[in-house]
Amino acid sequence: MYKRGIRGGVVTRHIISIGDFDRRQIDRLLDNAKRIDAQKYDNNALYRKILATLFFEPSTRTRMSFEAAIARLGGTSISVDSVEACSIAKGETLADTIRVVSGYADAIVIRHPKEGAARLAAQFASVPVINAGDGAGQHPSQTLLDLYTIRQSMKLDEINVALIGDLRYGRTAHSLALALSLYHARLHTISPKGLELPTSLHTDLSERGMEITEHDTIGDVIKEVDVIYVTRIQRERFPDSASYFNVTSSYRITPELLTGAKKHAIVLHPLPRVDEIDPRVDLLPHAKYFEQSRNGVPVRMAMLLQVIQ
Amino acid sequence: MKKQENPENEGLLVRRIQNGTVIDHIAAGEALNVVKILGITGTTTESLSIATNVLSGQMGKKDIVKLSNRELSKEEVDRIALISPRATINIIRDYKVCEKKGVEIPDMIEGLVRCPNPGCISNTNEPIRSRFIVTPKGLHCTYCEWVIARDITSNII
Ligand SMILES: [Zn+2]
Repeated sequence: MYKRGIRGGVVTRHIISIGDFDRRQIDRLLDNAKRIDAQKYDNNALYRKILATLFFEPSTRTRMSFEAAIARLGGTSISVDSVEACSIAKGETLADTIRVVSGYADAIVIRHPKEGAARLAAQFASVPVINAGDGAGQHPSQTLLDLYTIRQSMKLDEINVALIGDLRYGRTAHSLALALSLYHARLHTISPKGLELPTSLHTDLSERGMEITEHDTIGDVIKEVDVIYVTRIQRERFPDSASYFNVTSSYRITPELLTGAKKHAIVLHPLPRVDEIDPRVDLLPHAKYFEQSRNGVPVRMAMLLQVIQ
Repeated sequence: MKKQENPENEGLLVRRIQNGTVIDHIAAGEALNVVKILGITGTTTESLSIATNVLSGQMGKKDIVKLSNRELSKEEVDRIALISPRATINIIRDYKVCEKKGVEIPDMIEGLVRCPNPGCISNTNEPIRSRFIVTPKGLHCTYCEWVIARDITSNII
């Protein structure tokens, strides 16, 4: 899972892409997160360690979640206030920024609009780098917390997972699908025309032995699925708000729909949601999206412990 | 039995060279891309001759590139494999073929191909060279994970 780079004789570990993980490594990280969740951890394990959060595009929650994670382990975090304030605005390369910040911190969390930015950061950093999202690319901590949340309700092996919404651009759905292929999941995809799973990913998943079935509506498959993973459909993808509204209303998760679901089936969403899930669903035992968001902290604590210690 | 080929047979088309490299059995029509991949331009010093659509017993038609006073390195030779995996390399010293070798597809190529993903960090002003892992499916950008499955030549820098 860790791309190792050697600088000054020290081995540096990074977490860049879920594709770098094998099943054993994911399981171990999720086990560690579970121990942390049960309060079985040293709250001074990262005493005096400093985490630099470099967010070149805003994602307040991901950042807060990493800041909470380092604080709970006894460390602190430093960050730039805004992109304008940092030297990127003056044209500095990311490589230079990373080399400088490596001198201030024990690990770097980076979010950047360009794909591959985290891989580049790892190349120039002398401390571990964790990818918190690079453009349309990877966001491994999201995938790990998604898996963690599923595992709280059921075993990860051979489950039926419905992916709903924008499956073309939705990177969280892509990474989750890749990770689930390690657990022999069966995938059910439900997406508006034009927002289907990219062909290359579909081929890749099939080659990994994954069974993928497309459906017109979630209703067609509601009785079979264990996990309903909902992603946001962005208004910008549609020519006008009427067609957007038409689509979102037909993909909406409602209590009526869930009456047909398995008892243990869970509904996940990387949040923020807009209209994809009826607020009445929040009260049902199927709703796990707030739990999922809360799980970001123990999972990120486990990630920090793995790379910094 | 494999027919021994003699670079002198093409003497009418392309003049023999004293010292340098003859790249033979290039897929027909790819000679200019081979020149491009080797970075030979008007500002470099090699003298160069190209024969294209030469009739060849084995291949139907082929292209040939002759480079005077330059012996290609292994890395350069392997780049040729990306566009013409059947090419052969003849190193010429004093009008004689003194080394003959095939090309081998490299595991990794750096700085040769531009990532077609406009959102890729390797297409910015960062101090890096593009880097691709070569697999049977194509070239995988090590930065953004995009795959160039076909038409590699149009992405050559
Ligand atoms: Zn790329």
